Amino acid sequence: MNSAKVTGTPLVALTNAEKHFGAVRALDGVSLSIFPGECIGLVGHNGAGKSTLVNLVNGGLMPSAGTVSFPATGAPRALEAGVRSVFQELSLCPNLTVAENLRISHADLTGFGWRTRARAEIRKSLDTVFPDHGIDPNITVDRLTIAERQMVEIAIGFAPRGTQARLVILDEPTSSLDAAIAEQLLAHIRRFCAQGGAVLFISHMMGEIFDVASTIVVMKDGKIVASRPTPDFTRASLVEAMGHVAGPETEKAATSRPAFGADILNSKTGLTASKGEVVGLAGLAGHGQAEALAQLYFEHTSSWRAGKGSDMVFVAGDRGRDGILPLWSILRNTTVSILPQIARRGIVDRAAETRIAAEWKARIGIRTADVTNNILSLSGGNQQKVLFARALASKAPVVVMDDPMRGVDVGTKQDVYAMIRSEAAKGRTFLWYSTETDEVCQCDRVFVFRDEAISAELTGADITEDRILEASFEMQGVDA
Amino acid sequence: MLSTVISRPWIWSWVAAAAAFVMVMALTQGRGASELAYAALSFGAFAAIVGLGQMLVITLGPGNVDLSIPAVMTLAGTLSLKAMGSDPNTAALGLLIAIAAGVGAGLANFALIYLLRLPPIIATLSASLVFQSIAIWSNRGLRIKPPAGLADFATGRTVGIPNVALVGIVLSIIVWLVLERATFGRWLLASGQNLRAARLAGIPVELVRATTYVTVAVLASIAGYLLASFSGGAALNMGQEYLLTSIAVVVIGGTSIAGGFSNVPGVWGASLFMFLVVSMLNSYGLGAGVRMMLTGLIIIGIVVAASTRRIRT
Repeated sequence: MNSAKVTGTPLVALTNAEKHFGAVRALDGVSLSIFPGECIGLVGHNGAGKSTLVNLVNGGLMPSAGTVSFPATGAPRALEAGVRSVFQELSLCPNLTVAENLRISHADLTGFGWRTRARAEIRKSLDTVFPDHGIDPNITVDRLTIAERQMVEIAIGFAPRGTQARLVILDEPTSSLDAAIAEQLLAHIRRFCAQGGAVLFISHMMGEIFDVASTIVVMKDGKIVASRPTPDFTRASLVEAMGHVAGPETEKAATSRPAFGADILNSKTGLTASKGEVVGLAGLAGHGQAEALAQLYFEHTSSWRAGKGSDMVFVAGDRGRDGILPLWSILRNTTVSILPQIARRGIVDRAAETRIAAEWKARIGIRTADVTNNILSLSGGNQQKVLFARALASKAPVVVMDDPMRGVDVGTKQDVYAMIRSEAAKGRTFLWYSTETDEVCQCDRVFVFRDEAISAELTGADITEDRILEASFEMQGVDA
Repeated sequence: MLSTVISRPWIWSWVAAAAAFVMVMALTQGRGASELAYAALSFGAFAAIVGLGQMLVITLGPGNVDLSIPAVMTLAGTLSLKAMGSDPNTAALGLLIAIAAGVGAGLANFALIYLLRLPPIIATLSASLVFQSIAIWSNRGLRIKPPAGLADFATGRTVGIPNVALVGIVLSIIVWLVLERATFGRWLLASGQNLRAARLAGIPVELVRATTYVTVAVLASIAGYLLASFSGGAALNMGQEYLLTSIAVVVIGGTSIAGGFSNVPGVWGASLFMFLVVSMLNSYGLGAGVRMMLTGLIIIGIVVAASTRRIRT
């Protein structure tokens, strides 16, 4: 646990900052100062105003009222004040190399040989934050996995880029990283703060917040509702401050695994599942889980036929690549998979469609005034809810989920867990890849992946964090 | 009210068509307005029919385009006229032959795209050489006249509207209904936005692509059949000008080049505009070179106007 070493003048100071978008008060009078050496953990539900706050600090938005200043440097703008942002939605250019991506935010890299200097700078930054990262600065970003892209993005955030990073804003930096890499990042944050840097850390993972933050700031409905040193919080009091009444811990009857019938699913990779079972895919990120699920889905569905209902539906985790249809409304995005069921002679029954969309908006709590709004008007977590609704609205007996909880807040997660449980009880089968161990631990059966293959199959009482980690890492110690 | 009208992407092609119409009328002091409108509807109908097909293909997303439209028009026109052989009461047979040629051409195009993984631009361009050769081979330079009844229909009018325009309007309504109301239309629009996401949402994307490539060829073959009947026989270069036209009317009409968004009314506005702008430049007595240059510049202007408006809204 870090103790706050608050010294000197604040790097950034917000006084009564407000931000309105039309009638929406995204930020409703926030005062916050961040001092050198501090790591602020910023928590709150989706739509609590975290992203707006971040955008005020980094200069992406101007406050509607109140002020944002940078007393420590006296700089007029966030850029000169050494404020850096690393976003949850990846913002690298996929067609450029890692080094060239550094150049985008480092305008001083000009003249002959800038690539060489860019390579050296990004390599040094990667080496510092993620030792043994194995990322070649000359590779184009589209050839990196999502976790590697996130690592590059973080390294760019911490790179000196001509001046010096004083305040680094990390928005859900670990959501696509596995535990070992995330731990490297947390260690770097501690080092960075010890050297007088400051970090604004946004995460839905409580463990990390408690691990790394010196102060925890809780936001709700555009306001800061609590701001205290980390030791003054407990998990329960933090969740309470966020305003979501945590349900009782999902009880998993570890001892009495319900008797499932014969396997209804058998993939080439060795995945099996029975009717009504929730099967988890675990292991370090990027070890073939997502590919195994996509392959399974492609094997069981056709590009040429669509009957009244397919056997399998897919919930995307990489929303932009695999899920969202960006030109469409929330309504059309919700119903796209069930069109054959609600069509009569090939014509979509629009009354039924509207009814189903309204039903799922209420059931899964999509935060929008009108489902005919464009899908991109929703926050990331709410877009994810739409993708859940799309899959669950179908009658498909098997639901495949590719790390679907990225960027989803705690309250929604609990709701979705409950929904998955009740659907499973009705006989649906779930295949669920997750980078979060506590999610995997809720499953009835877990396959741990290592190096594109299944390294362990766990059931019942064997599903523990220790066993999963053991199976994820086992060979790495031996090889080294 | 005004802003909702202005934000419609199709409005620009109609405004441009109306402007071109007024420009011609200004020169003739209003004489010949109905004749000009009639000619615009007749010739615009052919552009609109092939434009509808091209619109569907372009809606499939970046890289999708059918460059074999002119060859398919020629092939369908040639084969159907040959089958009819100027005999009376063979119009239905001719239409059937034309559509069969279209289906065959569309399947051939998609086979190249799907089986050989060729980019559509290469596949359709090379296939069009084959289609053109078949047309030459079957025609052997003969110019067969269409059956009299069919020719009368193609050049005639009903309640003052050219019959070919009526056919075009009926086809447009069908395409519009499919896009706006049918499951297939949704599938097509979804595939055009993000093919992988559409596939993962359970859409049979290859079926959608195949159907679309067949549809564009069938629409081209119907246009070829009508055009051959309209102009008194098939000619080997009869489809030539429709290569650029089919793409231009889609773009001017406000359909998204990036895919996933179609616009049927815009195709009509743009088709009328394409005819009227040439009439306008003709009636101002400009030479062929200046005319083509101005046509190009005007198309660029309209596309820029329409697309900047769309970004702002």
